[in-house]
Amino acid sequence: MITELEKIYRLWEREMKRFFREKSRLITSIVTPLLWILVFGSGLRGAAFGAGGADYRIFIFPGILGMSLLFTSMFTGVSVIWEREFGFLREVLVAPVSRVGIITAKSLGGASTAMLQGVILLCFAPLVKMHLTAGGVAGALPVMFLMSFGVTGIGLTIAAFMDSMEGFNLIMSFAIMPMLFCSGALFPLDTAPHWLRIVSYFDPLTYGVDALRHILLGPDQAFLPLAVNLGFMVAFAAGMTAVASACFSWNRK
Amino acid sequence: MHAIETHKLCKNYNGLKALDCVDLEIARGETFGLLGPNGAGKTTLISILSTLTRASGGRALVAGLDVARQQSAVRRAIGIVFQDPSLDEKLTGRENLLLHCSLYAVPPADRAARTDWALDLVELTARQNDVVRKYSGGMRRRLEIARSLLHTPQVLFLDEPTLGLDPQTRDHIWVYLEKLKQQGITTILTTHYMDEADRLCDRIALIDFGKISMVDTPRRLKRRLGENLITLMTDAPQQLLDLLKDMPGGNHAAAQVHDSRLVLTVDSPERALSEIFRQATAGGIAIKSVNIHQPTLNDVFLKFTGRELRDEVGGQGDRNYAQMMRNRK
Repeated sequence: MITELEKIYRLWEREMKRFFREKSRLITSIVTPLLWILVFGSGLRGAAFGAGGADYRIFIFPGILGMSLLFTSMFTGVSVIWEREFGFLREVLVAPVSRVGIITAKSLGGASTAMLQGVILLCFAPLVKMHLTAGGVAGALPVMFLMSFGVTGIGLTIAAFMDSMEGFNLIMSFAIMPMLFCSGALFPLDTAPHWLRIVSYFDPLTYGVDALRHILLGPDQAFLPLAVNLGFMVAFAAGMTAVASACFSWNRK
Repeated sequence: MHAIETHKLCKNYNGLKALDCVDLEIARGETFGLLGPNGAGKTTLISILSTLTRASGGRALVAGLDVARQQSAVRRAIGIVFQDPSLDEKLTGRENLLLHCSLYAVPPADRAARTDWALDLVELTARQNDVVRKYSGGMRRRLEIARSLLHTPQVLFLDEPTLGLDPQTRDHIWVYLEKLKQQGITTILTTHYMDEADRLCDRIALIDFGKISMVDTPRRLKRRLGENLITLMTDAPQQLLDLLKDMPGGNHAAAQVHDSRLVLTVDSPERALSEIFRQATAGGIAIKSVNIHQPTLNDVFLKFTGRELRDEVGGQGDRNYAQMMRNRK
């Protein structure tokens, strides 16, 4: 048991080393969300959104936070395709490590890198005059963790069935973008059309973004009760780990 | 107990037989070579034995453990160097090795010493703290060999260990492998280089189209072709062979004709040569070139499978087969 935990720890450590050795990835992952908030958000600033007509830049801040978590953790999951193509995955798959262990380590890696970026992004909150409390930040961290842990699992599950990175655009169009647009990250769900609201219930990002809005902006900005959001995300993170592990064990040709 | 035992091991890919009822027994401490062209089934066999691929039928035991039922135990007992590199390029050489130690649960107290030993074996101590991305192809292969030894495996698999490397690096790798052999480790090596199989292997299996056609020591395989071979290039190989059928000291039954090439097995090449030229001149057949040599494994492969090992061009059918084998990866 202890050796198994050590294996997970070492695989996680590897993800961290790789992340910090690739500066360009860190920089681009910060710049994109900032463009959304500062440029896109400012452009739509005149329109009033959310309860009490909050500044749109503040309204989308938790949504963009969610988006950046989504992109980063999905990318970490899907990067397994890369590792399969360039070999390192074989070294791990042929080692005496359980599939659940490999998936957990990868998800922890995805969650850690996503959270790091999330925290950096939170540092820019004062730019849009968003008021952050210590309690808010402390509350946002576990939500960010659960969400990115689960999304990495989605990426890993997709990766289990794909042979090359050529399909990455498909993932972008059919998984990442729909998840972003249906989640209410960029617009309030309570005024959205009925069908869109139905769809949003099937989008894990909905619950993550809603919880972040609740914690960072206040309960009146949230769409669902916090307990529902948190309960869903715990189940989602655990469920995706199980699904991804099963797919990796099953897909042994 | 054998290091490896397989019984009627089969693997089908979409109706194509990548492995066709392979029976093998490999003794402990043996260096065993799988010799065959690309797409012959060598890598498939290694993937099954290393638990990466499931067999379609039959049974395989590695170090007495069933590869289908005792996967973790098999994984702990084996070391592998894959055909394609499987290092993390962003980690240093040493970091790659230490990560391997923890994945294989090498006791923490032994890790530094094992890693130092392995780096020293493949002469990479000086470069251990460079990231692997800066390594040459040969250095990467050496690092992978070092890595595969860290958890003291009972059986070592090497899939084309020197493919694409320059002669000097190949020679270095052969020296490391010979050192390992002295330590009594069982090694299963796939290759399509005859000189490699010849130098390293105790026994060799000839494999083609998923079937093993022959297993024997390199010496005995070559002796099956006789002691000396004369290869003659001529426009009329069959006519020349007919003229030479009563040549003393020749073995007519072992003679082979391939395109414009005639391969003769003879007792004494010196005596045979004068007879050959006398007959050729009398029969008006021009001989373009003569080559006298002891049989190589390439001759063996050509004789038993009708194909040359390095015959990458081959017939269209062969090429399709090789292509399908590559695509399934």
